[in-house]
Amino acid sequence: MNATRKPTLDRRAVAAAILKQRGDGLVVAGLGASCFDVMSCGDTPLNFYTWGAMGGTAMIGLGLAIAQPKRRVLVITGDGDMLMAMGSFATIGARQPANLAIVAMDNEHYGETGMQQAHTQLGTELAGVARAASFRAAGTIYTEAEVREWVPRILREPGPVFADMKVKTDRGQFILPPRDGTELKLRFQQALRANS
Amino acid sequence: MSTPTSSWPEAVMDTFRSQKIRQVAYVPDNAAKHLIELVLADKDIAAVPLTTEEEGVAMAVGACLGGERMALLVQSSGAGNCINMLGMVNECRVPLLMLVTIRGTWTEFNPWQMPMSEATATVLGAMGCVVKRVDKAEEVGPIVSAACQLAFNTNRPVAVLMDQRLVGTKEFK
Repeated sequence: MNATRKPTLDRRAVAAAILKQRGDGLVVAGLGASCFDVMSCGDTPLNFYTWGAMGGTAMIGLGLAIAQPKRRVLVITGDGDMLMAMGSFATIGARQPANLAIVAMDNEHYGETGMQQAHTQLGTELAGVARAASFRAAGTIYTEAEVREWVPRILREPGPVFADMKVKTDRGQFILPPRDGTELKLRFQQALRANS
Repeated sequence: MSTPTSSWPEAVMDTFRSQKIRQVAYVPDNAAKHLIELVLADKDIAAVPLTTEEEGVAMAVGACLGGERMALLVQSSGAGNCINMLGMVNECRVPLLMLVTIRGTWTEFNPWQMPMSEATATVLGAMGCVVKRVDKAEEVGPIVSAACQLAFNTNRPVAVLMDQRLVGTKEFK
């Protein structure tokens, strides 16, 4: 069971390692700390931040990946969001989008609601779920060396790719992204049109 | 399934093609069986089977961000699963065409279908969906086409409730 090994990764460092090499990648960020992680690496209109709709981030990524097959789509979200999206692993596995990668910042807790234990600490290995749902690559990542190995896979390996980053519960400073949904949508669409 | 009197699925497909719907997400549905088969056979449409309806609502947000039009096929019993996710569609002004086959309005056998049947229009309306209803095959084309234009011209969810009288009643024999 994965809960016996303590997470030690720094989520902001993991986010930075991925996003500094994103190139023209499109990013969908899950509500809460994952949004703040993405924002901490620098705001761009090609980041779509969610402030609600928990459980939906991976499927936003799928719709975007189908619409933009030539662009890499990176979903960066939390373990709680993906635990709500267990069916979405099956839906994405069935579709096999080659340009979609999902990164779970897995701190094994529900950080926005008072740090209750998450199911990833209570027996569920999300990468195992992804593998069982036919993701082409899936891994649980505990060390910085593994992060270095996985960053290029997240950015380039034929998807769907799922990387479960075992991060500490420290979440860093609040760096809040814009939160008006219509503004976030419009600026994303405009940047994509200008940039494709 | 008792056989519906005419081929309303073709009328829906005409709208999907003429209005450039590129993604169709669906759940398995006896009443929409023929429509699903037509969608799966269309090479210009990405047909995505869902495990639960709210996945399709979130997917519509991604399709919209990426510049594609999406339609979602659900049943009345699944409309309830979409409610919280429709909050994102509402907040982000995302266009979405939902086709909802309704049970419990015409010769229904299964009483467990009734609560969501009765509540569908109310709860979708409460979450900002424009709700249209169709119960005659000859009206499917014009109503679905109008709903599609309304959704994508005004950036909001529009649901067409396809009445049981139109789509047929499941037979338990």
